[in-house]
Amino acid sequence: MVEKSELWRWTESRWTNEDIDWKGKIITSGVDVGSVSSQAVILADGQLYAFSNMRTGSDSPDSAMKAINWAIEDTGLKLDDIVYTIGTGYGRVNVPFSQRAITEIACHARGANFMYGPTVRTILDMGGQDCKAIRCDERGKVTNFLMNDKCAAGTGRGMEVFADLLGISINDVGDLSLDVDKEPPPVSSTCVVYAKTEATGLLREGWPKNKVLAAYCSAMAHRIISLLERIGVEEDFAITGGIAKNKGVVTRLQKEVGVKIMDTSKYDPQIAGALGAALFAKALYDKGKRK
Amino acid sequence: MITMGIDLGAKNVKVVILKDNKVVAKSNVLAGFEVTKNAQKAIDMALKKAGITKDDLDKVVSTGAGEKLAPFYDETKSMVGCDSLGAVYLHPATRSVIDVGAEEGRGMRCDETGKVLDFEVNEKCAAGAGAFTEAMSRALEVPLEEFGALSLKATEEIPMNAQCTVFAESEVVTMVHNKVSKANMAKAVHDAMASRISSMIRKIGFNKDVLLVGGVAKNVGFVESLNKDLELKVVVPKDPEYVGALGAALAAAGWKGGK
Repeated sequence: MVEKSELWRWTESRWTNEDIDWKGKIITSGVDVGSVSSQAVILADGQLYAFSNMRTGSDSPDSAMKAINWAIEDTGLKLDDIVYTIGTGYGRVNVPFSQRAITEIACHARGANFMYGPTVRTILDMGGQDCKAIRCDERGKVTNFLMNDKCAAGTGRGMEVFADLLGISINDVGDLSLDVDKEPPPVSSTCVVYAKTEATGLLREGWPKNKVLAAYCSAMAHRIISLLERIGVEEDFAITGGIAKNKGVVTRLQKEVGVKIMDTSKYDPQIAGALGAALFAKALYDKGKRK
Repeated sequence: MITMGIDLGAKNVKVVILKDNKVVAKSNVLAGFEVTKNAQKAIDMALKKAGITKDDLDKVVSTGAGEKLAPFYDETKSMVGCDSLGAVYLHPATRSVIDVGAEEGRGMRCDETGKVLDFEVNEKCAAGAGAFTEAMSRALEVPLEEFGALSLKATEEIPMNAQCTVFAESEVVTMVHNKVSKANMAKAVHDAMASRISSMIRKIGFNKDVLLVGGVAKNVGFVESLNKDLELKVVVPKDPEYVGALGAALAAAGWKGGK
């Protein structure tokens, strides 16, 4: 795993499966252009071969190209070797080399089914600018979903605002928030703009940074619980998206949600959407060939 | 009879002193983090302007988000109640009031005595409050005082997709990349905000005599967008930010409309 650091921002990364030789195999890909991050996943004969995870720029087509180029960098693969690509995420129609676009809801369920197995029934995808609770069947087919894409409370962007305010790397926010003797009361403002003002007040009262973070992570967990309660949580329960890496939020969610949250450390939880898209690409390619 | 109204808002503390229902002094101080201390400062300023001391006050009413943080008061009164009283006092025909403050938006309907008949409040989300324009003017690097006027120079109507202030900040960045002019962006921001406020006021209904108060009423760009959305001309009083404090002072005097 190669890592590239960017100040207080989260770490961009790429990964290649060294055990696979892609030559002679069917290469399909999925590109997830999200509002904050973009991922590209490459499959060789339906096996996870490589992925990249980067920050989305202001230009969606450009972000999609950058993600896929980074994923195939140093592998010897060329764009032309990819037989089928599917775009997903909010910028899905802007993936220049894709054959089709599929919604990120469907892709996340499909990706989670591959990553965490067919027993997954509930997926919470906590992305940069939205939060989705998805219910699916044993084949990774979506049966129901709910989402918040109107408000930054409960999204990665909200957490970035806090990391920025406190001058702490987004990678450390979760762990630091768990470093408190006693859980403080959660930040009471819903709106991130007001929560920021509230947090500034707490800092002035002399609260240490980790205590303020604890109050915010706990507020975020509360906010997500209300979304989950509306759709209902059935086991197995997995969390995907950037916030899945934030132990401060996940631990507090675990306490309140009542069911065990799956260990998602085997794969990067941010790639679920792109992985699902790549799996759909493989299926669609196979289907087209049979005809 | 001398009365005082204190309005402790999210951003500013406003004080109005009335002598026989006539305004004799007003003051406005940033609330900051030491609200009580700054409220005292605002009170001292107003007392000095009126040429009186605390002992001359017959009654003091406190209102606003931080009403209980006033250094002293006899009673508290709801913000919607104070807004309505102040609005009817300034413009007796008023039956609908919209108050857009730093962190809250309110819409209310009242009768000729300033009594509230119905109201709607947003205090949860910055999208329908002054904090929204503030964040946007910062993102566009335009001073807040010029932001409203800039919006009047717009040549195009561009819809804003984001509702959330935080997301709107990123959307503005994208617009900058797409070379949208600052004037058009300012208009997009004010249109978006006006649409939040008008959907709130539509819930309770309104008639043609709408008074717009609160600090954001000073933003000509927002007023223009709101007028277009509501298809009427809202009345903006002089010093719209003092209407809540004025209403509190009127409540302290027991004023109930008329003359």
